[in-house]
Amino acid sequence: MGDWMTVTDRGLSSESKTISQYTSEIKMSPSSLYSQQVLCSSIPLSKNVHSFFSAFCTEDNIEQSISYLDQELTTFGFPSLYEESKGKETKRELNIVAVLNCMNELLVLQRKNLLAQENVETQNLKLGSDMDHLQSCYSKLKEQLETSRREMIGLQERDRQLQCKNRNLHQLLKNEKDEVQKLQNIIASRATQYNHDMKRKEREYNKLKERLHQLVMNKKDKKIAMDILNYVGRADGKRGSWRTGKTEARNEDEMYKILLNDYEYRQKQILMENAELKKVLQQMKKEMISLLSPQKKKPRERVDDSTGTVISDVEEDAGELSRESMWDLSCETVREQLTNSIRKQWRILKSHVEKLDNQVSKVHLEGFNDEDVISRQDHEQETEKLELEIQQCKEMIKTQQQLLQQLATACDDDTTSLLRDCYLLEEKERLKEEWSLFKEQKKNFERERRSFTEAAIRLGLERKAFEEERASWLKQQFLNMTTFDHQNSENVKLFSAFSGSSDRDNLTVHSRQPQKKPHNVSNGSPVCMSKLTKSLPASPSTSDFCQTRSCVSEHSSINVLNMTPEEIKPNQVGGECTNQKWSVASRPGSQEGCYSGCSLTYTNSHVEKDDLP
Amino acid sequence: MKSPRSVAYFYSGTQYQPFIMKGCKTPCAIGSPLVLSQLSVGEASLSGADEFALVCFFLLSIQVWSLEQPEWHCKIDEGSAGLVASCWSPDGRHILNTTEFHLRITVWSLCTKSVSYIKYPKACLQGITFTRDGRYMALAERRDCKDYVSIFVCSDWQLLRHFDTDTQDLTGIEWAPNGCVLAVWDSCLEYKILLYSLDGRLLSAYSAYEWSLGIKSVAWSPSSQFLAVGSYDGKVRILNHVTWKMITEFGHPATINNPKIVVYKEAEKSPQLGLGCLSFPPPGAGAGPLPSSESKYEIASVPVSLQTLKPVTDRANPKIGIGMLAFSPDSYFLATRNDNIPNAVWVWDIQKLRLFAVLEQLSPVRTFQWDPQQPRLAICTGGSRLYLWSPAGCMSVQVPGEGDFAVLSLCWHLSGDSMALLSKDHVCLCFLETEASVSTACRQLGGHT
Repeated sequence: MGDWMTVTDRGLSSESKTISQYTSEIKMSPSSLYSQQVLCSSIPLSKNVHSFFSAFCTEDNIEQSISYLDQELTTFGFPSLYEESKGKETKRELNIVAVLNCMNELLVLQRKNLLAQENVETQNLKLGSDMDHLQSCYSKLKEQLETSRREMIGLQERDRQLQCKNRNLHQLLKNEKDEVQKLQNIIASRATQYNHDMKRKEREYNKLKERLHQLVMNKKDKKIAMDILNYVGRADGKRGSWRTGKTEARNEDEMYKILLNDYEYRQKQILMENAELKKVLQQMKKEMISLLSPQKKKPRERVDDSTGTVISDVEEDAGELSRESMWDLSCETVREQLTNSIRKQWRILKSHVEKLDNQVSKVHLEGFNDEDVISRQDHEQETEKLELEIQQCKEMIKTQQQLLQQLATACDDDTTSLLRDCYLLEEKERLKEEWSLFKEQKKNFERERRSFTEAAIRLGLERKAFEEERASWLKQQFLNMTTFDHQNSENVKLFSAFSGSSDRDNLTVHSRQPQKKPHNVSNGSPVCMSKLTKSLPASPSTSDFCQTRSCVSEHSSINVLNMTPEEIKPNQVGGECTNQKWSVASRPGSQEGCYSGCSLTYTNSHVEKDDLP
Repeated sequence: MKSPRSVAYFYSGTQYQPFIMKGCKTPCAIGSPLVLSQLSVGEASLSGADEFALVCFFLLSIQVWSLEQPEWHCKIDEGSAGLVASCWSPDGRHILNTTEFHLRITVWSLCTKSVSYIKYPKACLQGITFTRDGRYMALAERRDCKDYVSIFVCSDWQLLRHFDTDTQDLTGIEWAPNGCVLAVWDSCLEYKILLYSLDGRLLSAYSAYEWSLGIKSVAWSPSSQFLAVGSYDGKVRILNHVTWKMITEFGHPATINNPKIVVYKEAEKSPQLGLGCLSFPPPGAGAGPLPSSESKYEIASVPVSLQTLKPVTDRANPKIGIGMLAFSPDSYFLATRNDNIPNAVWVWDIQKLRLFAVLEQLSPVRTFQWDPQQPRLAICTGGSRLYLWSPAGCMSVQVPGEGDFAVLSLCWHLSGDSMALLSKDHVCLCFLETEASVSTACRQLGGHT
């Protein structure tokens, strides 16, 4: 609203000219009240119109028209066209200013109205179109409603039909079920009847059989006979034996013997099978251990607590089992041990495999975000593409090199500097690393130096105190000995000088050591060395140290060895190669390897020492 | 007695003449021709120890001859009780005769002329079984509408154990080859198989399902490790000998989709000149007509759908289920036949417990039998061909003869290098000379009745 207002205001200012034009026109033409009214109604002004509207105001009725206009305007709230009358009698004068103001205001109003009308018209148009649209929508929706209603009716009908069908089916199902039940009952009853009948029949049959038996068998049937030329010996050559209780017992015995044999045979087979399986298990275990142990080293270093204990357990188990690998051990103990160790191994293996899987999947995820599974073809295509790319890159590099060479011949200095920069960047990087290392070392030395200086200060203080004490003592002595001869006092002086020099010597020895160390350290990797020298009591010189080391390695006492790794641990700072050697060396069960590993590290350090100036 | 070293048969014109194959080479007549026109010929069998005797039994009497001593002869008369079955005891010194209506079993001893009777034998499919070592005999009995099993010691026919079995209607009993476990199964109305120890203890009972037709066939593996149970639902279930639980079940579907399984399909081809069955020498001067067509196996590509038979369900003994089962002598293979896919023989690998091969014949399989020495299966389909399968492959062999020699049954020689093929009225001996090619020298014997 405000906007609109401002716009109109602006319009006002801009159009004031035109308004003035109008007014001038009005001025020029004999204006009338009517014409002014008509002006408000936005009909474009024309001479004709003027002539037409001139009917309102003529020369004769100017007064009336003015008064009429004044009246009208006052009723509309405009100020009066006449001047304030000073007296009642005096005729009121037409105030031109007021008229002009009124006219201006009227014009502004008209403009406003025009604008409003325009807006209203456009709005009207818009609304009309909206209306049309809505009507069409309405009709469409009505149609839709109609169709959906019809559909609904159809669906309801279908639903009803389906329900009907369902009901019928249910009925049928029920009927069928009933029938099934009935049939089952019939079957059951028939079965019972059949069984009953069968039994009856069988009984009858049995009776008949019995009867027949009596009839046929009991009477002395002459026909039942055996006509044989001569008897045949038994197959086993023995004579038939009489039936007695003894034979019965013997038969029983034999039967049980056969059964026992069978069971024994089966037991033997099962034992053999068990032994085979145990062997397989053992082998599997061994293979697992050998497979897992090299991989276990790293986790051991990382997570010493969890895997380390497990491994040690495994080692123990392996030792035990190899000791008692006989199969005659009772099943339970061996089984338990075996299964336990196998399970343990299996768990480790499983976790390892899972870890590998995870890694693989991670790599996959990193490499190929979307493709979970890459088909072989894709893979091949990819590799082909990559190879092509590599080829292209190589070619590019070659051309670049050629270009560079050409350039180098052209402008040697610049390129060389550039190239040097290139190479220097790498060097710089390396140097930076070294620099940081050195810094760290420096810091360490600084710290040490500080401690030494502190110690020195402390010594100095002590010395001071001592000197004071001595002075006081001397003083006392002197006071006491004032009576003694001069020679004596000199002697004392000599003594004091000697003691003082010895003290100084001590000090220098102490201070020299810390000075020496930084000197050692500044070349290469030797934080450890300094520490080693520190830890080893009487071996300040490196060559001495090496000798002692080798001596120790030759000694090969486990005690020393057990100690050394801990002492040498800081060696890890020295470099990765030694670190790896350590991992090899600490392989379980192979103490020889340990020794060699130790000696290796020592020789390594020795070599480094040799490099020292 | 399943693989006799010699085969007994009859030459029957107007007279019956028993013959014997000595050393599998030449037939020779034993005894004198018999004129027994009013009696029907039953069966002929040899005693287990083959050196001794041959039994042929007729309606009422039995005749026994010796192979060693031509003059030795024995005749056993069962009298008015009649005779329905007769068998040798494993030692070859006793003959067990079952009288009509299964009134009793008479045990005749050739050593002492003594007779023993066993009452109440059950009339069932397989009511008598001997252990492989010939020590014990198990006999199914029926008394007072209950099933019993009696175990006898064969040496003196003493009753060792007698126990009732938890069956509705016992149908068969079978010793495990090691002679320590007895399998007892119920009639087809109920799926139930019971396992008894030699001393009569119930070891285990197994039932796969209820309310449907049950067991149709049972077979022990020669190692006694497995018990294969074929049932009417078209499956073979393998039980183990430790827990007597099921290890696996083999279904017999009509379509085979697994490409690992070799399906051999018999195909008939019109003959080409010079490619007939040349391996067979013509049986005589008047050579029989060459077979009108030759058949050979083709390896079908999976999936294969086998020819199925729609069983008539409202008749007794429907043609469904596993009707035949046989383990190979080394227990590595199991051959089965599903009765509603009668043309096919399934061969299962027992080591891997899976299907190994399927043979589809052109006509329904009559019988099959494993070579007693190696995994080699002989199959006959009632046609004039003999089919052999081994893990290496399979082949079909035409049986030469006048007209068609319809092989209804076959029997391997114990040595595995020959077999007898039986038709309705002929016998043919088939010699397998080399392993690679079954070049058969066949001798046809017999004539029309």
